[in-house]
Amino acid sequence: MLEAGPHGTKPRRIVSPHNIMLYGFLIVAALYWLLPLYVMVVTSLKGMPEIRLGNIFAPPVEVTFAPWAKAWDSACTGLYCEGLKVGFWNSIRILVPSVVISIVIASVNGYALSFWRFKGSEVFFTILIFGAFIPYQVLIYPLVIILRELGLFSTLGGVILVHTIFGMPILTLLFRNYFASVPVELFKAARVDGAGFWRIFFQIMLPMSLPIFVVAIILQVTGIWNDFLFGVIYAGTRNFPMTVQLNNIVNSTQGVKEYNVNMAATLLTGALPLIVYFISGKLFVRGIAAGAVKG
Amino acid sequence: MIATALFIFVGCSLWSVLYSFTSSKSLPRERFVGLKQYDRLFDSSRWMESMENIAIYGLCALVFSLGVGFLLAVAMDQKIRFENTFRTIFLYPFALSFIVTGLVWQWVLNADFGIQQVIRDIGFTTFEFNLLASREYSIYALVIAGLWQGTGFVMALMLAGLRSIDQEIWKASRVDGIPAWRTYLFIVIPMMRPVFITTLVIIASGIVKVYDLVVALTGGGPGISSEMPAKYVYDYMFGRANLGQALAASTVMLSTVLIILIPWAYLEFSEKKGDSHA
Amino acid sequence: MSSVVINELSLNFGNVEVLKSLNLDVAEGEFLVLLGPSGCGKSTLLNCIAGLLDVSAGQVIINGINVTWEEPKDRGIGMVFQSYALYPQMTVEKNLSFGLRVAGLPRKEIRDRVDRAAEILQIGALLKRKPGALSGGQRQRVAIGRALVRDVDVFLFDEPLSNLDAKLRTDLRVELKRLHQRLGNTMIYVTHDQIEALTLADRIAIMKDGLIQQLDTPLGIYNRPENRFVAGFIGSPGMNFMQGLLECSDDQWQFSTEGLTMSLQDYQFTREPVQGTPVEFGIRPEHILIGDNAASQPIQSVIDIELIEPMGADTVVWSKLGGSSFTLRVDSEAVLSKDQSLPVGFSAARASIFSSADGLRV
Repeated sequence: MLEAGPHGTKPRRIVSPHNIMLYGFLIVAALYWLLPLYVMVVTSLKGMPEIRLGNIFAPPVEVTFAPWAKAWDSACTGLYCEGLKVGFWNSIRILVPSVVISIVIASVNGYALSFWRFKGSEVFFTILIFGAFIPYQVLIYPLVIILRELGLFSTLGGVILVHTIFGMPILTLLFRNYFASVPVELFKAARVDGAGFWRIFFQIMLPMSLPIFVVAIILQVTGIWNDFLFGVIYAGTRNFPMTVQLNNIVNSTQGVKEYNVNMAATLLTGALPLIVYFISGKLFVRGIAAGAVKG
Repeated sequence: MIATALFIFVGCSLWSVLYSFTSSKSLPRERFVGLKQYDRLFDSSRWMESMENIAIYGLCALVFSLGVGFLLAVAMDQKIRFENTFRTIFLYPFALSFIVTGLVWQWVLNADFGIQQVIRDIGFTTFEFNLLASREYSIYALVIAGLWQGTGFVMALMLAGLRSIDQEIWKASRVDGIPAWRTYLFIVIPMMRPVFITTLVIIASGIVKVYDLVVALTGGGPGISSEMPAKYVYDYMFGRANLGQALAASTVMLSTVLIILIPWAYLEFSEKKGDSHA
Repeated sequence: MSSVVINELSLNFGNVEVLKSLNLDVAEGEFLVLLGPSGCGKSTLLNCIAGLLDVSAGQVIINGINVTWEEPKDRGIGMVFQSYALYPQMTVEKNLSFGLRVAGLPRKEIRDRVDRAAEILQIGALLKRKPGALSGGQRQRVAIGRALVRDVDVFLFDEPLSNLDAKLRTDLRVELKRLHQRLGNTMIYVTHDQIEALTLADRIAIMKDGLIQQLDTPLGIYNRPENRFVAGFIGSPGMNFMQGLLECSDDQWQFSTEGLTMSLQDYQFTREPVQGTPVEFGIRPEHILIGDNAASQPIQSVIDIELIEPMGADTVVWSKLGGSSFTLRVDSEAVLSKDQSLPVGFSAARASIFSSADGLRV
């Protein structure tokens, strides 16, 4: 029998000072983070006269997709007026081989580092940590010389090679950490069964490491797509990736500034990593955290 | 593989350091001039401005991204509704490039149409918020944009750190009657020290490299008021064909990173080994 | 007087009923153990008593005060956790005193309480150390100390010994019992370890699926389990069960299974038996006698030994009887060999019979 007095769930006020402060803080923060995206979208859908008259937060009175078409097809990047599509396809041509090559090499490296104690593996590990954090600026010029010697400077191959090199440290560490969490007994059992380096890698490690490959792909796709520095230095004018072309479109000093086209172009450039982000959700968080944090 | 890694990451760094002692112009030349490039570097007003800027930018970025990132993580950790929505909102800029970030904020901060004009339109006609045209404040435009891009990431790292704390610690502190803020301050934050240090190192090494954001948002201007070291290196290397200067500047950047990195690596990895082999 | 009273307490997580209208009455100074398999709700119940979880319905009354809506700190409880939950950056002394300092107690009072706890638990030498520098057993002692300094009447333990190795667990178990005898507080203790439960408890509440299956003294639970689940859960090796029917011939009740009929002359029925009821007959391995002793028992049979497990103090013999697996625990001195035929005997007085339909004791 229940006694007199309180019973059941303690009543809680939904509108308490605590909740007002908590959600107030979160909503104000969310506004700061959403504002630029909103401004980008509405600006890209307005015509230039409307932009000149109104303010940047006003929703478009007359929605037009002309700025998007122009950004993609005919915006001027300084010398040419072929729009962002050139940069988009350049970026794709850089992205696909860079991602594939760097992940293939790094996964084998990481596997070797965590299971096969080879001579110098400690040194290798230290170099990778060093490589993951040093400023690129000290490596830029030597790499220019190396690529020139190889005849790869200002070519797609050159920029792909550079991306592969710079992706190596963080990716190798990522795979090493993942394989380090695999029970070493599994590896020992496979060795007792007579499997060698490659057999263990392909038949045992690969099938169980799909998640880490997804994480690595997310990391590399966003990283390489968003790169500016390597593209501008190593790719050569004809192969400029999308980020470089975008910057050339927006920050070119010639002509009248077309803010709507600029914003459409900016959105187009940000679209791919945003899509990757929205699709991958929590894996993205895991990916950047894993890639960046733990050695 | 080891040889390749050694050659590229160590060999090339050493090459850059070595040639920073030469008078190389557009092409590397082995004419050694001692510390002359460094003398000129630290005499250069543009370099000194860059150093000052990166100090301001770095300090603001560290304090605010750690502070705001941690507060956001704490707020997210209060069993809130729509947690995933908030997380998505705070983190999406991190997927975007610095170029995109810079261009968006260039537009939002635009003097004629952006925030300044919007607030003037409301009625505050003398309102001044024109960071991009101000020699004094253009660096803070970079700070605002940089925080917008990266704070969500700090929040994600902090949230992961908070979630990794034993729930029974929270229960124990409730039984002990310790208010939540004191639990955070005296128990949780001290427990998260490794997360803070690691996050700090990641942010710091990112700050040193900041380049694209400057190119996209301010181009270093007005004048040289928002120049950064990485941009100095690039401009002297490719624009002004003064390789020796560029390499000296990059060597200073490398030293800065090493000063941050070595103590951390020492802590992080020697500790770990101690744990796993104990 | 009752120390802790649970009135029709329910807890739902969404649509999942974790606790289903529980009633429980813990006497002052009693050592009550909540025992059950994982997921039975025992830890959840403890957290509800502590106020760490909001109940969905019902009441919690501690020391005559309805504390259903009170914060944990205002309930007059101290709690000890499985992971110890010590504050890692504080010394042992600070760990013990932190709550008291936050509550604003006078410094002298705090020191006295800490000293007393340290004396009782013999951790005086550890006061200046941090938890990282302590062994598991020492950490758990500090965790108990943190409950002790709160100077409360009710202690709650959430699987406090589970993280310790077997030897330490036995030592601390004895210490806990001593502590209880010395302090005389009410203690509610959650565990999944039946030895802990049997050795420590004044009474044991066996839980399953958010319900208390039986609440009784350790011997009561052991000897007269109220249902099939409790019978099977307590005891290691577990009780032997045979499925069959209740039959009555010549006013004598019998249990019959394939090729075997047993007299239930000595069995005390809890409920009126019904002819032809399908039941399970249960008998503990240690209540089966062999050799000469078997001859004096009312129920006798012969089994073939399939497997012998010497345990040191005694030996467990595996076999089959009435189509079911059958184990018996015998003196380790007994000379036995595999495939040997062994006469066994037991009495229905020590058996338990459960209805196959509802699993309750017959």
